[in-house]
Amino acid sequence: MDQLILSANELTEHIKNGSVSAEDYIAKIFERIKSVEKSVHAYISLNDSAIEEARRIDEMVKRGERVGRLAGVAVAVKDNICTKGLRTTCASKMLEDYVPPYNATVIDRLQQEGAIIVGKANLDEFAMGSTTEFSSFGTTRNPWDTSRVPGGSSGGSAASLAAQEAALALGSDTGGSIRCPASFCSNVGLKPTYGLVSRFGLVSFANSLELIGPMGRSVYDVALMLSCIAGRDSMDHTTLDVDVMDYTAKIKQGVKGLRIGLVKEMISNGVDDAVAKSVHDAVSKFEGLGATIEEVSINSLQYALASYYIIAMAEASSNLARYDGIRYGWNMNPEGFAWNAYYTKARSNFGSEVKRRIMIGTYVLSSGYYGRYYLKAQQVRTLIKQELAGIFKKLDLLIAPTMPILPFKIGERIDDPLQLYMADIDTVAANLAGIPAISIPSTFKDGLPIGLQIMGSHLSEELLLRAAYAFEEVNNVKSVANI
Amino acid sequence: MNVKIGLEIHCQLTGLKSKLFCSCSADYRGRDANTNVCSICMGLPGTLPLLNKKALEYATMISLVLNCRTSNTASFYRKNYFYPDLPKNFQITQYNAHEISSIGVDGYLEFDGKKVRIRRVQLEEDPGRLVYEGSMETSLYTLVDYSRAGVALVEIVTEPDFDDPKDVRLFLNKLTSILEHLGVCDTRLEGAVRCDVNVSLAGGKKVEIKNISSFREVEKAIIFEISRQKSLGTKGIEVRSETRHWDDARRVTIQSRVKEEEQDYRYFPEPDIPAVNFNEELIKSLKSQMPELPDARRSRFVEQFGLSEQVAQVLINDKYLADFFEDGAKLYENAREVANWIVTDLKGYTDEFDGIRSLKIKPLHIAELAKLVDQSVISRTTAKQILQEIVKSGEMPSEVAKRLNAAQISDKQELIDVIDKVFETEKSAVKDALQNEKIVNFLLGKVIQSTSGRADPKLALELIRKKLTSIT
Repeated sequence: MDQLILSANELTEHIKNGSVSAEDYIAKIFERIKSVEKSVHAYISLNDSAIEEARRIDEMVKRGERVGRLAGVAVAVKDNICTKGLRTTCASKMLEDYVPPYNATVIDRLQQEGAIIVGKANLDEFAMGSTTEFSSFGTTRNPWDTSRVPGGSSGGSAASLAAQEAALALGSDTGGSIRCPASFCSNVGLKPTYGLVSRFGLVSFANSLELIGPMGRSVYDVALMLSCIAGRDSMDHTTLDVDVMDYTAKIKQGVKGLRIGLVKEMISNGVDDAVAKSVHDAVSKFEGLGATIEEVSINSLQYALASYYIIAMAEASSNLARYDGIRYGWNMNPEGFAWNAYYTKARSNFGSEVKRRIMIGTYVLSSGYYGRYYLKAQQVRTLIKQELAGIFKKLDLLIAPTMPILPFKIGERIDDPLQLYMADIDTVAANLAGIPAISIPSTFKDGLPIGLQIMGSHLSEELLLRAAYAFEEVNNVKSVANI
Repeated sequence: MNVKIGLEIHCQLTGLKSKLFCSCSADYRGRDANTNVCSICMGLPGTLPLLNKKALEYATMISLVLNCRTSNTASFYRKNYFYPDLPKNFQITQYNAHEISSIGVDGYLEFDGKKVRIRRVQLEEDPGRLVYEGSMETSLYTLVDYSRAGVALVEIVTEPDFDDPKDVRLFLNKLTSILEHLGVCDTRLEGAVRCDVNVSLAGGKKVEIKNISSFREVEKAIIFEISRQKSLGTKGIEVRSETRHWDDARRVTIQSRVKEEEQDYRYFPEPDIPAVNFNEELIKSLKSQMPELPDARRSRFVEQFGLSEQVAQVLINDKYLADFFEDGAKLYENAREVANWIVTDLKGYTDEFDGIRSLKIKPLHIAELAKLVDQSVISRTTAKQILQEIVKSGEMPSEVAKRLNAAQISDKQELIDVIDKVFETEKSAVKDALQNEKIVNFLLGKVIQSTSGRADPKLALELIRKKLTSIT
């Protein structure tokens, strides 16, 4: 039995019945990390106390105590999610030595379920990017082809799963940052409904758009992880007042009779032929499973990308203002500096992409431009929400590509921000509308993964996971890279 | 000359237990620097603001008292600027350019027969404090204390409806009393209420005056600024639109040392705090919880206790004074006398703004004092002397009266002189006294009365008897 490729729920069952020791398993995970990190570089930091935590799980099992639904499971946590006592860098020089004094709510919830945080996964600095190349700690490589990007910004999380350095991962998704790397690395990644999962402890990039979400090598694992982290949190006013539920309960109920829309705009212009073909193949599979598929057009989508980037950058410019080197993070002797000079010096430590976004965000919020950019972007956002709400009255789910392109070479697009931004064209709509969206492995083209995206209406996670599960059952695509 | 004055008042909600967006104490005073802080108010990465519901209620109550329109929803905005006292380098506040985001707008407050319009009432977070060793000019460092950061502030902005600095004082007195009666703000605490002022003369540019440390300085600052602008006018110099600071010590407004740039605060809605819905239920319940306010209380004082409007007004200007009076009136039924003692005598001992809190005297003392005078136990003059003692010592008036008796007139010759005078004016009584022992007591009473009660009764009686014997 190769423990490293077991699904999270299988693993927990083994640990609970004593056939696998959590300590042995975590030790194997660390051996694996040691052997593949040189070529993958999924992690920024590792958790030194992971083995000890695993040992405690084994002891609890021996004593017959309740160990939780994720007992002993190795989890990679994106390094923009705060972990008490464990360095949280956001892949930025600005926070290279920053150790949070508290846990994000999702971390507390995972640990209550027995999960073992093995390390902090690499990302684009402050989650700004879709390749993980914009990390101050070096680029993560795609385990399926290490000359290529793993996607981003949760690239470390996705790569750790494909390279069997973790069984589950947490990512964050502001405009596709979970789904893009899930697609590029052939894993499952879910961006939940805005407000379903607490953002407390997620370092804000664009707080009205983003959410923490589960990533795994199977739909079931993702549903299980979501069940553990979802639900109202008194530490986050934007969480929804919904009951905690078991998202695995109805996962096997199939898609028979479901009405699924194929988003026309997302399979036409600028889409790689292999990607377009994969979506059409998926359509046939869903039809074979008893769903009805119809093509649907979403007119407001043409403005989605512009709207998304304006809002995201505007919020980022304000959220990142706190990094001034005065209270925490990057440290410099203030001797001889006036305030403004100190700010200038400290804030020069941001990477180029972060600087670009702060500058554009500052610009779109400045007086005289607010109405032209930010306000318009918000109007578009309302329009997209309304149009999608209308569509979901007639249809249960939407399918589309996750990414219009295949994983590309490292360095290929880094100098062309516009081209990079364009790659988010299919993912940003879900963030603008606050609806759930999942990426699941669809197929491979020349050894490179292609993901399928399914979107649902507000709080339709259960249905979304059901459809994803049904598709996964008949599709059966590799999620473990041979590295 | 036509003067226009507008006010921007910041009032800390010191009545709250915790800060506006976290559970740190609202009371930062007297604490060591940077000890009253947490991950949220320090703006640590990943933290989110959690709105204090009670703060929202307090601000809504202020808004209702100031006759503001409350919109259906209140929302929060970020005001972005870099300053070391701001942990997040933005301040969470409210902003009305794109929607009505404030708790209340378009209100007014009547005072002294006049009316000033209120532009808005809104809720925001207080920044930390910059601390300079020695003075700002000489200190080599700026130290930052974040213990105050995140304390709830209510900003009250008036229209430029004042034309007389005196009215500003009256308005601020009334506002202070309202805040005290609502129980939302202890206005005496250092920095709990702050006021910025803008002043312009007819057709001239607007000058803003900041850094006015207390309400009592506001009137002085305005008077100075008006005369400064007038004198510029007579010299033919145009008034510049600028920000000036009030220099407490030199009693002048001075141009801000750092020229404030035209700031672009890049306001936008705070995504972490969903808009708050004001339903009618909430407003209704707040209205029903509203304590008695100064205007109503003044009327009640006039009706219930028969006080004059003026006396009642002086009392309600300071909630402590009004409470002091009511407590005293409960202990002694002659409320007018109690009020008079407070308003005419007691207030003389106190600083206008600090009130009588710092004195050791309590309502119990004033009630007893009024009673002793009413019952002619002591004279008004003696009572005033006694008052002078008890404001310092906190002794009961009767005890002081007794103690003062020890120092009563026991000088024989002094008493003989008094008795001689009494015998002169009370000739018939003296005659009667030779037959009737009771009349002797009347003579003694007269002697005591003419010494304002200070004659030693034993000695006086002895001397009277002696003198009567000498007559027979």
